[in-house]
Amino acid sequence: MTMLPGPTPKKLGLAIDLDTCVGCQACVTACKGWNDQGYGAPLSDQNPYGADPSGTFLNRVHSYEVQPADAPAQLVNFPRSCLHCESAPCVTVCPTGASYKRAEDGIVLVNEDACIGCGLCAWACPYGARELDPAAGVMKKCTLCVDRIYNDNLPEEDREPACVRTCPTNARHFGDFADPDSKVSRLAAERGGFALMPDLGTKPVNRYLPPRRKGAAEASPLAPLLDIRATGLAGWLDRVLGKI
Amino acid sequence: MSQPQLNLSPAVSDEIRKTTCYMCACRCGINVHLKSGKVSYIEGNRDHPVNKGVLCAKGASGIMQVTAPSRLRAPLRRVGPRGSGAFEEISWEEALQTAVGWLKPLRETAPEKLAFFTGRDQSQSFTGWWAQAFGTPNYAAHGGFCSVNMAAGGIYTIGGAFWEFGQPDWERTKLFLMFGVAEDHDSNPIKIGLGKLKARGARVIGVNPIRSGYNAVADDWYGITPGTDGLLILSLIHCLFEAGKIDLDYLARWTNAPLLVNETEGPEKGLILKNAESQPFVIDRRTGAPAPWDGKGVQPDLGATWQGHRTVFQHMAERYLAPEYAPEAVADRCGIPAARIRGLAAELARVAFDQAIELPIAWTDFRGDAHTSMPGRPVSFHAMRGISAHSNGFQTARALHLLQIVLGTVEVPGGYRFKPPYPKPVEAHPTPHFGVVPGKALNGPHLGYVRGPEQLALNADGSAVRIDKGFTWENPFSAHGMMHMLIPNAHAGDPYRIDTMFLYMANMAWNSSMNTAKVMEMLTDKGEDGEYIIPRIIYSDAYASEMVAYADLILPDTTYLERHDCISLLDRPISEPDAAGDSIRWPVVEPDRPGHAGVRGFQSVLLDLGARLGLAPMVKEDGTPRYADYADYIVNHIRRPGVGPLIGFRGDGTQEGRGPANPDQMAAYIANGGFYQAHVPEEASFYKPWNAGYQDWAVATSFYESPQPYLFSIWSEPMRKFQLAAEGHGAIQPPDALRARLQQAMDPLPGWYPPFGDAGAEGFPVHALTQRPMDMYHSWGSQNAWLRQIRGRNFLYLPTKIWEGQGFQDGDYARVTSPNGEITVPVAHMAALNENTVWTWNAIGKRKGAWALDEGASEAKEGFLLNHLISELLPEQADGQRWSNSDPVTGQAAWFDLRVKVERVGPRDHAEPAFPAIPRVVAKGEGRA
Repeated sequence: MTMLPGPTPKKLGLAIDLDTCVGCQACVTACKGWNDQGYGAPLSDQNPYGADPSGTFLNRVHSYEVQPADAPAQLVNFPRSCLHCESAPCVTVCPTGASYKRAEDGIVLVNEDACIGCGLCAWACPYGARELDPAAGVMKKCTLCVDRIYNDNLPEEDREPACVRTCPTNARHFGDFADPDSKVSRLAAERGGFALMPDLGTKPVNRYLPPRRKGAAEASPLAPLLDIRATGLAGWLDRVLGKI
Repeated sequence: MSQPQLNLSPAVSDEIRKTTCYMCACRCGINVHLKSGKVSYIEGNRDHPVNKGVLCAKGASGIMQVTAPSRLRAPLRRVGPRGSGAFEEISWEEALQTAVGWLKPLRETAPEKLAFFTGRDQSQSFTGWWAQAFGTPNYAAHGGFCSVNMAAGGIYTIGGAFWEFGQPDWERTKLFLMFGVAEDHDSNPIKIGLGKLKARGARVIGVNPIRSGYNAVADDWYGITPGTDGLLILSLIHCLFEAGKIDLDYLARWTNAPLLVNETEGPEKGLILKNAESQPFVIDRRTGAPAPWDGKGVQPDLGATWQGHRTVFQHMAERYLAPEYAPEAVADRCGIPAARIRGLAAELARVAFDQAIELPIAWTDFRGDAHTSMPGRPVSFHAMRGISAHSNGFQTARALHLLQIVLGTVEVPGGYRFKPPYPKPVEAHPTPHFGVVPGKALNGPHLGYVRGPEQLALNADGSAVRIDKGFTWENPFSAHGMMHMLIPNAHAGDPYRIDTMFLYMANMAWNSSMNTAKVMEMLTDKGEDGEYIIPRIIYSDAYASEMVAYADLILPDTTYLERHDCISLLDRPISEPDAAGDSIRWPVVEPDRPGHAGVRGFQSVLLDLGARLGLAPMVKEDGTPRYADYADYIVNHIRRPGVGPLIGFRGDGTQEGRGPANPDQMAAYIANGGFYQAHVPEEASFYKPWNAGYQDWAVATSFYESPQPYLFSIWSEPMRKFQLAAEGHGAIQPPDALRARLQQAMDPLPGWYPPFGDAGAEGFPVHALTQRPMDMYHSWGSQNAWLRQIRGRNFLYLPTKIWEGQGFQDGDYARVTSPNGEITVPVAHMAALNENTVWTWNAIGKRKGAWALDEGASEAKEGFLLNHLISELLPEQADGQRWSNSDPVTGQAAWFDLRVKVERVGPRDHAEPAFPAIPRVVAKGEGRA
């Protein structure tokens, strides 16, 4: 068993806008690219050109079809990565202390030196956010790009997770949910940001901003200028051009 | 409790090199990080005008492309039967000598026997220049099977179209409509724009049979029946006319709506009425008398009738107020209830007219009239292949531009904005050239914009000059050529036989051809003499694509990170509405194919070939090569005095647009992040076609030689000229069999007719489409270790009506039949879909053995193409002729006219047709680099 640090002064996480995410997968490969050469072991790929390729990804995007009773069906694109839970079951289940939540900012990380690859944390995570890398034999997960967000070697504007930096629709936002005035806190407040499966008691930090209501605008129909069948084209022209 | 001490500031890389992405055609700026000389990470360049720092899934996977096992490694010469995959590696010298040995006699005797077509070429101003110097009329890139309807429909109507030509005013638009937008065109700018709209709560509407991608996040969705977008648009125009919600002031000032249409029976009927000086004129509302169309202070009268000749506007009213365009009349055909069409028209009108905006920017128009502000109507549109890849796509594109025009929302704040060098009217484009003299250059550029029948590429006997039959009566405005007809025509010897087919970056033996299985046969067919009917095929590609197996000589290209390139304003630039822009690629890593002869950038190889062939612009007076390589050409080529491929850092390094060549220009681009921007002055930022300030800036920056103000062509005179010919007027006459078709297709007002695919579609009730995923680009993505994990399979998505109607279940396959063929493919259910439409992802299916993938790869086993179902020819006509399956105006391949029937066949384990594996030219990929 590994202990959680208790309330953290910062709660770093992501606000992901499901109204804006077009499911383009940009965050998936930007994450793969950065973390393949960043924190810890590379993200390996098995049989990458074979019949059944597979690899380690810290972030995946799924598309779900929703069929409302009173509206046409629609797709919702849903990016899935670690939610950096306050009550992270992946931490408390870890037998070696490898899985931990950082006391200063709440980021959930794996200390790969201590990880024995037992997979308990992946089993404990209800969100499927962890993947055991078969080549390295250690558990991989979203680090919130801990090697970017404080990195003095990067320009200040780049000190954000790779997925946020790359998102073409700006559907991903990074910040401190402990600060009620942060961009992510305000977005979550304004847009009804929700936590995933709150009843599980994991207290995720990340928030998803729900899709806005879709459908026809409330516009009154256009009124015809006059009855064209009665007046003919000439009548219409007179009426229209008289307006100039 | 203790937690590990982390190094929170690790070194990111040794070096960042900034170049231009080529994982699709979007041309984003990228920062390529290098560690120990190898690419370690790729991210978007924040300063770059196209992507502003973001990068898509493809771009961020570029690191897997530069190490892909599918990369070619050396020139190859075929040593066994074509298609057998038997090649030997040869040296570059031998490869070049072989090519010269084939090409030189052709140039000296019959240059047209070389057909040089480039696929997803981003150097068309260069490859076209080369082909012109060679002297063959047979050159084009891939626009004919891509989106020429969008491009040409726009040029002929408003002097620009979408993507490279223009974009919505993302900062100010309040309502954005997308018609038939696949998920990648254009990739990041659309996504960035959608993000801006979403961030400020602007409304987005999708018109598309398929509600995925951009349409999935749209606030409202119209699941239209394929091929009926034009009808829907004309119905919206009907509603706007009916309610008088049209921008009369805009129509009167900036369009040809107030010009008079000649009503006199005879050879000029329907042309724009001209005065004694051959100039069109208007009736001035102030005087009721004729006045110059461009006269200062003139107030054109839209309602004028002069000596029996009525204005274009009156013809518009008569046409679009007709009951055939009423929502109730089109609803069933479009698959959209009449009330929804009326609702959409009301929404457009409300935003355009009740929420108008105004920028306090003073400007002067081309008539000399001064304006104190720039009013705008904040409705904008984007459209792409969904509307253009139909046989009525040109007219549909014109209809969409007409909708923009009647709302007064082109080149105004909040609307659609041109990107330099556009606006550019038809008159500022070249006409097609096809004058062939053995041993000489062609008499001008191949591709252009036809104004009348006299510019068609026809021989004296009426036969086609071009192998693709571009610019003929069958497809008069084929401004991008018709690459999809090259192989069928060359195989049929119609209009004639060729000797050498030279292709670049075009997978014609697979996903880029209609009727793929038949095309593979055409490539290997032999005549009675035992020789191949297409005698020689030279191909350049960077990867082991399906096409490689069908070539006789392979000139291996580099990957995009290993080469010089030029994204030029002479070609398809990277401009923004507020800035002209161009960019380069440079070798951020050197091509490295150890143990092999290596690869060379195709453009450098072309220059070498050109010099060996003695093509005048490629050799000095002493006969030695003029350009060392493509980089040398980019910097030193002069197209017109003072104008070269790049506009930045000319002359002494400070000159913009015009100036002598600067030997340090490439270094200056590299230092500037790989691009250059020339900023449009604020007073020139809108109303560009009519804005004197913009016109002067465009001349200074080299886009025009003189100001080119013009009126939007609602009434298209070039089109009417073809109708007149079809009616029997003029010396150059179409074949009788084409008269009715020309009469319909060349309607001078935007119109709609059913897609040709509907004819003969009895028994094939379902529309079948493809979409390109945002994470794959044509065939290129499947060789990428990361991207194929995201999308390694494609399904045929079936709407609920078909899924439930036939009792489909997960794991099932379906037999899909069209008038042309049959495929058996895996299916999946999708409810967010037009109920009479099925679709799949484009180009996921691969031929076994290609792209260095395992033969059991899902792409090769379960993956499939719809191409087998699509004929390149329409059914036989009354006269026994079979016309190309293309738009009758532009020749755009009508991919989306496809009609099928779908039958459940239960579970299977592979898709049909299953072709035998093509032998490998590179080894199967194993582990990741």
